[in-house]
Amino acid sequence: MGRVRNSAELFATLLLFWILLNGTLAPGTLAVGAAAAIAIVLFYTDGLSFLSHFQPVPRSFTASILFVFYFLRELVRSNIALARIVLSPELPIKPGIVKVRTKLKSPMGRLLLANSITLTPGTLSVELTGEWLYVHWVTVDATDNEGATAKIVAGFERYLEVMYG
Amino acid sequence: MLDLLGALVLVAGTVFLLLGGLGLYRMPDTFNRIQAGTKTTTLGTLLTLAGVALLEPAWTLKLLLIGLFLLFTNPLSSQVLARAAHRTRVAQTHEVQVDRLADDTGETA
Repeated sequence: MGRVRNSAELFATLLLFWILLNGTLAPGTLAVGAAAAIAIVLFYTDGLSFLSHFQPVPRSFTASILFVFYFLRELVRSNIALARIVLSPELPIKPGIVKVRTKLKSPMGRLLLANSITLTPGTLSVELTGEWLYVHWVTVDATDNEGATAKIVAGFERYLEVMYG
Repeated sequence: MLDLLGALVLVAGTVFLLLGGLGLYRMPDTFNRIQAGTKTTTLGTLLTLAGVALLEPAWTLKLLLIGLFLLFTNPLSSQVLARAAHRTRVAQTHEVQVDRLADDTGETA
């Protein structure tokens, strides 16, 4: 996983997005897109892309698809839970910041985990330090680290572990 | 038929956005407000985009890309806002149960 390969992946991703957004393969449009993509790659040589550390084995792709569906389900649940809180006259919240631990090693896996936590029922990632995540929780169910980890992290980790290790 | 479905999905999206606005108004502190804002704008906007895709099927690919951008940038900006709020010790509601981050960084909640 070298630097060159990372940059090439980033360049290809950016150019693909550009082409899809423009919906044309005209030389002028392509040239502008390529120039912009090169500039961005030069600025972010150490950046991450979706594919950084992705493990290209078949069960990884299955996990990705399951992850997307699990995520969308959680997103809908989280909105319904929030709607219920916001619409009840007594505003039933029990907020706090808990600490959870992740088994994920790769930075991209951790990023996806933190983002997913933010969009799922009642939780918001606040700070990440190494394997620890501090999560704001609208309705704190468990204040100990193990209990909170089981409730917040375990669902997503199951898939991300396969995808990114 | 597709028009009707698209309109319904659009309305569902705006209902979530409306609830998010209500959440911003009702929640007691910064962190809870960010929570209300992030979740509803993400689902609300995704549903709005889906509704538009049903009304104008030719735009689907572009709308899908916009949705993808949203899914990655929305939670990230909320996380950075929340982190900045905590680092500058923005006051939390008195209902707060526990703050492990303040415990670990030696701040008093």
